[in-house]
Amino acid sequence: MATLELVGIRKSFGAAGVLHGIDLSVADGEMVVIVGASGCGKSTLLRIVAGLETPTAGRVLIDGRDVTPLEPAERDIAMVFQNYALYPHMSVFDNMAYGLRIRRVPRAEIRRRVEETAALLGISALLDRRPRQLSGGQRQRVAMGRAIVREPRLFLFDEPLSNLDAKLRVQMRAEIRRLQKRLGVTSLFVTHDQIEAMTLGDRLVVMHEGRAAQIATPMEVWARPADTFVAGFIGSPAMNFLAARLAEEGRAAALAAGPVLRFADGPRPGAEGRRLVVGIRPEHVEARAGPEALPLAVDLAEPLGSETVLHGHLPGGESLTARLPGGLAPQAGEVLPLLLPAEALHVFDAETGRRLDPLEGMARR
Amino acid sequence: MRALAEDGAGEAAAQAGRRRRAALWAHGWLALGVLVFALPIWITLVGSTHDAGTIGRGEVPLLPGSHAVENYATAWAEGGGRFRTTAAAAMLWNSALMALLIAAGKIAISLLSAYAVVFFSFPGRMAFFWMIFVTLMLPVEVRIIPTFQVMVDLSLINTMAGLVVPLVASATATLLFRQFFLTIPDEYVEAAKMDGAGPLRFFRDVVVPLSVTNIAALFVILFIYGWNQYLWPLLVVNDRSLETIVVGLSKMIGTGDAQNEWNTIMATAVLAMLPPVAVVVLMQRWFVRGLTETEK
Ligand SMILES: Nc1ncnc2c1ncn2[C@@H]1O[C@H](COP(=O)(O)OP(=O)(O)OP(=O)(O)O)[C@@H](O)[C@H]1O
Ligand SMILES: [Mg+2]
Repeated sequence: MATLELVGIRKSFGAAGVLHGIDLSVADGEMVVIVGASGCGKSTLLRIVAGLETPTAGRVLIDGRDVTPLEPAERDIAMVFQNYALYPHMSVFDNMAYGLRIRRVPRAEIRRRVEETAALLGISALLDRRPRQLSGGQRQRVAMGRAIVREPRLFLFDEPLSNLDAKLRVQMRAEIRRLQKRLGVTSLFVTHDQIEAMTLGDRLVVMHEGRAAQIATPMEVWARPADTFVAGFIGSPAMNFLAARLAEEGRAAALAAGPVLRFADGPRPGAEGRRLVVGIRPEHVEARAGPEALPLAVDLAEPLGSETVLHGHLPGGESLTARLPGGLAPQAGEVLPLLLPAEALHVFDAETGRRLDPLEGMARR
Repeated sequence: MRALAEDGAGEAAAQAGRRRRAALWAHGWLALGVLVFALPIWITLVGSTHDAGTIGRGEVPLLPGSHAVENYATAWAEGGGRFRTTAAAAMLWNSALMALLIAAGKIAISLLSAYAVVFFSFPGRMAFFWMIFVTLMLPVEVRIIPTFQVMVDLSLINTMAGLVVPLVASATATLLFRQFFLTIPDEYVEAAKMDGAGPLRFFRDVVVPLSVTNIAALFVILFIYGWNQYLWPLLVVNDRSLETIVVGLSKMIGTGDAQNEWNTIMATAVLAMLPPVAVVVLMQRWFVRGLTETEK
């Protein structure tokens, strides 16, 4: 059990910069999920923590001790690989015991620990089998077992669930969460699946092109995304973005599509006419007429029973997605009035993409 | 309708007939092939059971004679031919030892060099790889004079070491292992690093066990390669006690100014065939697997 701290981690492969300064501190027993699009450097970051890759700059501290120059084996970290990396010629028992044997743990102790871990994971009956004789889910468990049995200070997971089918994935997700809580081992978990991220993490690191776009709890990331990338990445269907300008001395946004929406929580900083991006999640859009309603020309309606997902466009050509209660069944080509409730708006600066919060002291919350 | 059905039946029968003829044809050719390969062996086998005079008179008997026991006993214990060559027992031992050492040495060295080339990055890695590769173009026969000189300088003439060492470095096996090692996923290496296994430990616990089928297949090929060596042993050994059976066998056959003891020669030839056959049969299971699949 340990704390982990990353200080200004940078990494380039030749001329190509992959990580551009990541700072993160993980508390003892915390599960932090690193999420981001493919190629944004998640695995690279994890491998730097593991010691399999050397950072170009920056430091990795475990329990306050700088481990940057140490070999992977000296860091006391266990890693679960995407393809499990179980040795094909060894039995499940030997796979799990290998790390302990190298560390010269006494034989009886190895047996005890492996058997205990196997029982914990429900794989006691498989100990004599070869990895080839196991299903994907069982291999996954063995890979976890190999990490757990070492009793490391830190767990690293690199997309361990991506090779499983959807149902098993849900099941293993819950199991990993349960085990991690129970063992209380500080963990980093890499995924590109936002549901996995939201359900597993105590906190998320949303990565974007080698930077941490936001580091916060899942609910915080969902409710107050730090920029348009995070806002669009977390949530499904993705958040709608509409071009707007600051109006009424910062108290409202004038949408390019027409209506002027007054902010519910106070004025935003900036000159009149400052270019904004207003975001709203599809589930917050309401199908009601009103003075500020937007006419949505429906392109596609997806009735899902409990809800209907509408894809359409506004007069200016901007597209918008709405999740409306089921039963509503507009046809493609129909024009529907939609309201964007003021409490549900997210305001971003159009240039930087950063979130704009109400001015200090003037917020009504 | 009926006519059509009958037509169909006739068609099927004709097809079956054609297929049978094709099968007969193929089997006929195969049988002929077997005959071409097997006949010389059969003649050798039969020849080793007659007395010296029979073949000497120019007869080629096709049925076994009655002198098997004494021929094999002579060949095994005394040798034969014009000058009473070395006994087959000693030559078999020399050949077996040489072939075994060559096969084992080649495998050990090429495993290690392929491991170095694939899993480590050190300065000049590719240069070393190409140096190994280039030796493919220099078989023993091409470099035989300098090699002989080196062996003389090292005073390894007439020793088992002199017999084996120049034949041990093997580009072919190194290349084969390199290709195989390249297919070992990086994640195994990384998992081993996390587990705390050093390079030699990883080599011993993961790389070698994963290569067993390849090793077995190569062992068979290399054992036979070693067993069949002729030119180098002929040059480097003139001490009768170190004679290998392939060389010894050829020395038993005279130049024609005296009667050859064909019965003993053929018995020795049969004995010379046995160890390679035994190796192939014993390793067959592994051998075939190693050529067709990998343990992954
Ligand atoms: N050894 C390497 N040499 C050169 N470039 C590399 C190397 N490893 C990774 N990269 C590059 O670094 C970038 C980030 O890679 P990384 O594997 O960290 O992405 P990722 O976020 O894990 O993506 P994914 O979700 O697809 O696994 C990629 O553009 C990749 O091409
Ligand atoms: Mg990755």
